[in-house]
Amino acid sequence: MLLRRIGNWPRLDWGFRSSLDELERMRRQMDWLSESLPGRFLAEPFAGVFPLVNVTEDKDRFVVRAELPGIKPDELEISVTGNNLSISGERKLEPEDAGAKYHRREREAGKFSRVISLPAPVDADKVEAHSAEGILTIVLPKAEIAKPKQIAIKTS
Amino acid sequence: MTDAEIKALQAKEKKEVTPAAEQTRPGPVFTPAVDIFETEKAMTLLADMPGVKGKDLSIDLHESVLTLSGEVAAPEAEDEADVFREYRTGQYFREFTLSEVIDQSKIQAELKDGVLRLTLPKVEAATPRKITVKTG
Repeated sequence: MLLRRIGNWPRLDWGFRSSLDELERMRRQMDWLSESLPGRFLAEPFAGVFPLVNVTEDKDRFVVRAELPGIKPDELEISVTGNNLSISGERKLEPEDAGAKYHRREREAGKFSRVISLPAPVDADKVEAHSAEGILTIVLPKAEIAKPKQIAIKTS
Repeated sequence: MTDAEIKALQAKEKKEVTPAAEQTRPGPVFTPAVDIFETEKAMTLLADMPGVKGKDLSIDLHESVLTLSGEVAAPEAEDEADVFREYRTGQYFREFTLSEVIDQSKIQAELKDGVLRLTLPKVEAATPRKITVKTG
């Protein structure tokens, strides 16, 4: 009608087209907002205890990984009790010259101790741990009762 | 607070950055925590970069800008399912501008247990030198 012929003024157009443009503009603004805000996803659980771990599983075992840069394997204590894995140790920073002046200090040192509950029992005798490039990897084989059993379907 | 509480290490999430240039490899990019200190002879930079192997770390120096970049491969095998995940793995990236006192040809780097130690020796003229006075 008359309004549509007056150039490209979507806000003046009360018809069908203007509501879509408005939504389009809002959608573009939301996309811009979500791209420009870096940060963690709100869904991630955060126990707040050092070290942060990732636990994964496949049908035979659990694998627990933790980022522990600068910690030598013999400074760590790892033990398994029932379903719980306990990791404790101390991170020490190398002592530097007494005359060193710090420009920036972001790395932290201190003791840590954490217990991680696993969802199924594990075989404590067969747990293995190794550390490479500052990442500690602990492999915990599941106890026999926790492994999934295939059930065959009999057809008659 | 008792001493034991003061000394406990707090968990900190890795700081993620949106890098200025788009990455060719997808995934998050993190800023490694860094300590920088200076002695008479050199500046030393220590960066926490767990998961980075020597061959995946690149240290570039161009026009006094030092760029640290480390790739981390996802350590999980294909058939592993997440039970819970508290940290993400991704590249590390950080840039620094070096001052003129650094002798750029003598920079040394060492990567051990996920910690990078960069030694940046100062140019000879910048190291203070004591001049002994002969009396005779």
